[in-house]
Amino acid sequence: MSLQQLSERLQEHFAVGFVKAVEWRGDLAVTVTRDTLHEVAQFLRDDPAMDFDYIVHVSSVDWPDDEERFEVVYEFYSIRKRHRIRLKTRVPESDCIVDSLTDLWKGADFMEREVYDMMGIRFRHHPDLRRILMPDDYTEGYPLRKDFPVRGKGWRDTFEFLDETR
Amino acid sequence: MGLIQLGRRDKDGAPDVITTTVEKAVNWARKGSLWPMTFGLACCAIEMIAAVSSRYDMDRYGAGVFRASPRQSDLMIVAGTVCRRMAPVIRKIYDQMPEPKYVIAMGSCATSGNIYDSYSVVQGVDRFVPVDIYVPGCPPTPEALFDGILKLQERIMQKRVFVKQPEQVKAGLKA
Repeated sequence: MSLQQLSERLQEHFAVGFVKAVEWRGDLAVTVTRDTLHEVAQFLRDDPAMDFDYIVHVSSVDWPDDEERFEVVYEFYSIRKRHRIRLKTRVPESDCIVDSLTDLWKGADFMEREVYDMMGIRFRHHPDLRRILMPDDYTEGYPLRKDFPVRGKGWRDTFEFLDETR
Repeated sequence: MGLIQLGRRDKDGAPDVITTTVEKAVNWARKGSLWPMTFGLACCAIEMIAAVSSRYDMDRYGAGVFRASPRQSDLMIVAGTVCRRMAPVIRKIYDQMPEPKYVIAMGSCATSGNIYDSYSVVQGVDRFVPVDIYVPGCPPTPEALFDGILKLQERIMQKRVFVKQPEQVKAGLKA
């Protein structure tokens, strides 16, 4: 199935949730609304023509000037059909939550945790939504947001454990 | 180097008596048997590993017995970028090393954080452990690391081993 056909098939099934599809240099990126994300993902996995059985990565983008500030990006690959697709959705800062896809692909677990840790986007029904790279008691916020200072807010220069050893 | 002075010779011409100070003898023994701890954090570790391998052979300086335990080592070579989350681990390992102990900050990252002026990277390992020798480079070649080890050995020879402890230190030890 060509990328064009993939995109058309998705558009047929999700007339409401479909926002846009961009094909660029052999990559297909489909944007859907947040509410249909889980449904679309399920279709991508279960539809025999789609058959996306592998989740490649989950990431996120911060667009500080946009109304819907954050973008969550999923990438899927079909090992049997050998095609891949990028699925995007947008979330506003005031309501930073997306449906987790861990029930469809187990592999989404850690990657969604990383998105939560770095960008502060929460995932509904995630089994274990904790920070993964930063320590659990880290309080400075979400380091990959554009309004986070590059040098942090002092954490890298405070060594509270030195008081214990002296 | 002034380590030993030859005294009388026997009838074959070999040294009969040598004189030295205990301090020099102890320092000489210490510098010739540095047991480093493997502490590779990033790409510098690759150069550190190369320094031990046959082409460079760090054992020539008596510093080839790499230990995986801090309790058996007296030299910590911090080789690589020190992330803030790693800092308490490094400090704990340093505290577990028996005295006398030395620290080499290998490479720009361990020395100053290098270009990684970011929220997660410590700007030099000397912020939380005392560093004896800084080896510049990104990463330093094995030769540069050897230079650091030789400089450390020079420093060890200058250390005072048997000195009266100042009252402040004694008070601190009791407290």
